[in-house]
Amino acid sequence: MSKDDKIIQEVAGSEYKYGWVSDLDEDRIAPGLSEETIRFISAKKEEPEWLLEWRLKAYRQWLKMTPPAWQNLDIPPIDFQAISYYAAPKPKKKLESLDEVDPDLLATFEKLGISLEEQKRLTGVAVDAVIDSVSVTTTFKEKLGELGVIFCSMSEAVREHPELVKKYLGRVVPPTDNFYAALNSAVFSDGSFAYIPKGVRCPMELSTYFRINAAGTGQFERTLIVAEEGSYVSYLEGCTAPQRDENQLHAAVVELIAFDDAEIKYSTVQNWYPGDKNGVGGVYNFVTKRGICEGRRSKISWTQVETGSAITWKYPSCILKGDDSIGEFYSVALTRNRQQADTGTKMIHLGKNTRSRIISKGISAGQSQNSYRGLVSINKGAENARNYSQCDSLLLGDRCGAHTFPYLDCSNPTAQIEHEATTSKIGEDVLFYCRQRGMDEEEATALIINGFSREVLKKLPMEFAVEAQKLLAISLEGSVG
Amino acid sequence: MALLEIKDLYASIDGNEILKGVNLKVNKGEIHAIMGPNGSGKSTLASVIAGREEYEVTKGSVLFEGKDLLALAPEERAREGIFLAFQYPVEIPGVSTANFIKASVNEIRKHRGEEPLDAASMMRLMKEKLALVEMDKSFLSRSVNEGFSGGEKKRNEIFQMAVMQPKLAVLDETDSGLDIDALKIVANGVNKLHNEENAFLVITHYQRLLDYIVPDKVHVLLNGRIVKSGGKELALDLEERGYDWIKEELEAGAPQNS
Ligand SMILES: Nc1ncnc2c1ncn2[C@@H]1O[C@H](COP(=O)(O)OP(=O)(O)O)[C@@H](O)[C@H]1O
Ligand SMILES: [Mg+2]
Repeated sequence: MSKDDKIIQEVAGSEYKYGWVSDLDEDRIAPGLSEETIRFISAKKEEPEWLLEWRLKAYRQWLKMTPPAWQNLDIPPIDFQAISYYAAPKPKKKLESLDEVDPDLLATFEKLGISLEEQKRLTGVAVDAVIDSVSVTTTFKEKLGELGVIFCSMSEAVREHPELVKKYLGRVVPPTDNFYAALNSAVFSDGSFAYIPKGVRCPMELSTYFRINAAGTGQFERTLIVAEEGSYVSYLEGCTAPQRDENQLHAAVVELIAFDDAEIKYSTVQNWYPGDKNGVGGVYNFVTKRGICEGRRSKISWTQVETGSAITWKYPSCILKGDDSIGEFYSVALTRNRQQADTGTKMIHLGKNTRSRIISKGISAGQSQNSYRGLVSINKGAENARNYSQCDSLLLGDRCGAHTFPYLDCSNPTAQIEHEATTSKIGEDVLFYCRQRGMDEEEATALIINGFSREVLKKLPMEFAVEAQKLLAISLEGSVG
Repeated sequence: MALLEIKDLYASIDGNEILKGVNLKVNKGEIHAIMGPNGSGKSTLASVIAGREEYEVTKGSVLFEGKDLLALAPEERAREGIFLAFQYPVEIPGVSTANFIKASVNEIRKHRGEEPLDAASMMRLMKEKLALVEMDKSFLSRSVNEGFSGGEKKRNEIFQMAVMQPKLAVLDETDSGLDIDALKIVANGVNKLHNEENAFLVITHYQRLLDYIVPDKVHVLLNGRIVKSGGKELALDLEERGYDWIKEELEAGAPQNS
């Protein structure tokens, strides 16, 4: 093996940087899944009867379903009875301000470089911090309240705004949509709820940092964002997870609804524990994210930077129902060691003059497998639909894989569809050029990767873009020198 | 002590021996020109000095300020003060020229035990050096060399050299493909940077660059060896008579240094 190969291998095999476990008191139920478990969760959360029924219905459906098998992933069998379906930090009492927040929790955020204090002071980001399953703290509530914006945990929304939750929950991702969505519907623990009233431009980025924090506890977030006519919201989701040996299942559902002239920007930085060098441990991230452009001229943008998880199965999608509506998907997926990612999007064109844009950047290192899977579907009634897709793959070393699976389903001859795909390796000559300018191989690689991902990174809100750049660099950091 | 001292250097790539016993000594304050026909090994010599790993040094030594240069990784050589202006600069999509230079300047500063430059100082430095090569500051936000014309790429190399302030700069055919105005800009850049503490190794095909950059010594590299060295008038001879007479001289066993 040449020296370069060796360095690339070391770089690609770097250990997870955010591996720690914080010591919050846990309140966790024993592993196992049954109707009883669901009743327990629902009772614990003091949910109304209709929601319990909704969950139970999903559960009964789930029992009849089987996990999807079409993806390019090697998923070990999951024992759903070995998972604990509810965990909550024991709150000492109801929290009025940040001062009352568990110092451990604050320290955890600080490790991530996203202390609440700082964010409150500097960036004006409202943070709804979710640790495991229960929201611990919510900030900027009042400010948002003045505008009529609702931003709270899903549990709180169920309590305070049951009519909204009842109206929209499951509208984009029905409980029986797929195996993991059904599971989520049955046992979802918490998540975020945002409602932007008519004509309101949400003045700050709404942000939730999720973490899986209890060993062996699956996490099943449920997020719902509704943007009424003419409103705008930008939502940030970011996460890191502590290092551990067991596989952790993460099956979230995110639903977005945009009415006439509304716009929702949903940005994710995903950094769940990816497993060690040998692929042991790591999060299984099976997520259903879907938005509907319900209204005319509405717009939904998904932007994601995916660096974590042992297995990622995720296709943030847009249903372009309203005429002239727009769907976008910008993605960077980085895999290393033995990570597997099968991710992409679905753009379902229903309305006239609907447009979609897909920019996917896959980076594979180590022995990882990185697949882009995308569907562009143009329905009969979608006159003059347009789609542009660009899928670029970058390979580090020669033991990893990059795959592209573009599907096209076009039932209207007026559609204009463009698809471009490239696969390249980081060139020796580019690395040498950087090194001749004083950068070591690691730094050069990070720079090249950030450049490769720029089109996507620049779609992220400023603070997030910086974090994402660092994350890409950290993810490739090895033991050189 | 010489700044750069190359002794009996042999190097090969993919099993082909390209350099076959190069000897060269460059002192601080000097400008050396290396001329030679296509394929004679000029870029190979530049690459070996800069540390390109595809080339295998099979024999000989290279000392830089008395230290064994061949033991250092390319980035370490760069940090020690060796700069290569590439014959074919690469493009780096998505990486702005400003970001690229920032990363590189800060690495070199770190090596010298200096703090990273703050944003304002960095900007000032870049703007000052841009002026030297008559480049517009819009270059800074463009991706490194992407969509640059041939001339812009070469000027970008000189710009980076001006920012980095190397002790030894190797210019590999920086003049090729430049019109006379661009050539003057490049030469002017070199002349402004040249001082008693640094040295330049200017690889060129044509003597016209040497009308603007006056070398202390001119060497002819032929088939992997420096076969003739002289003053700046040697370049004029080469321009007039080509390389054949040197080959003939060699075959006739004439002395190598005039
Ligand atoms: N990878 C390679 N394998 C074999 N021969 C090579 C390789 N790269 C360069 N060469 C040969 O090395 C010789 C010297 O090349 P180079 O140093 O680029 O010459 P110059 O810069 O003087 O034109 C040429 O004959 C060229 O064909
Ligand atoms: Mg050459």
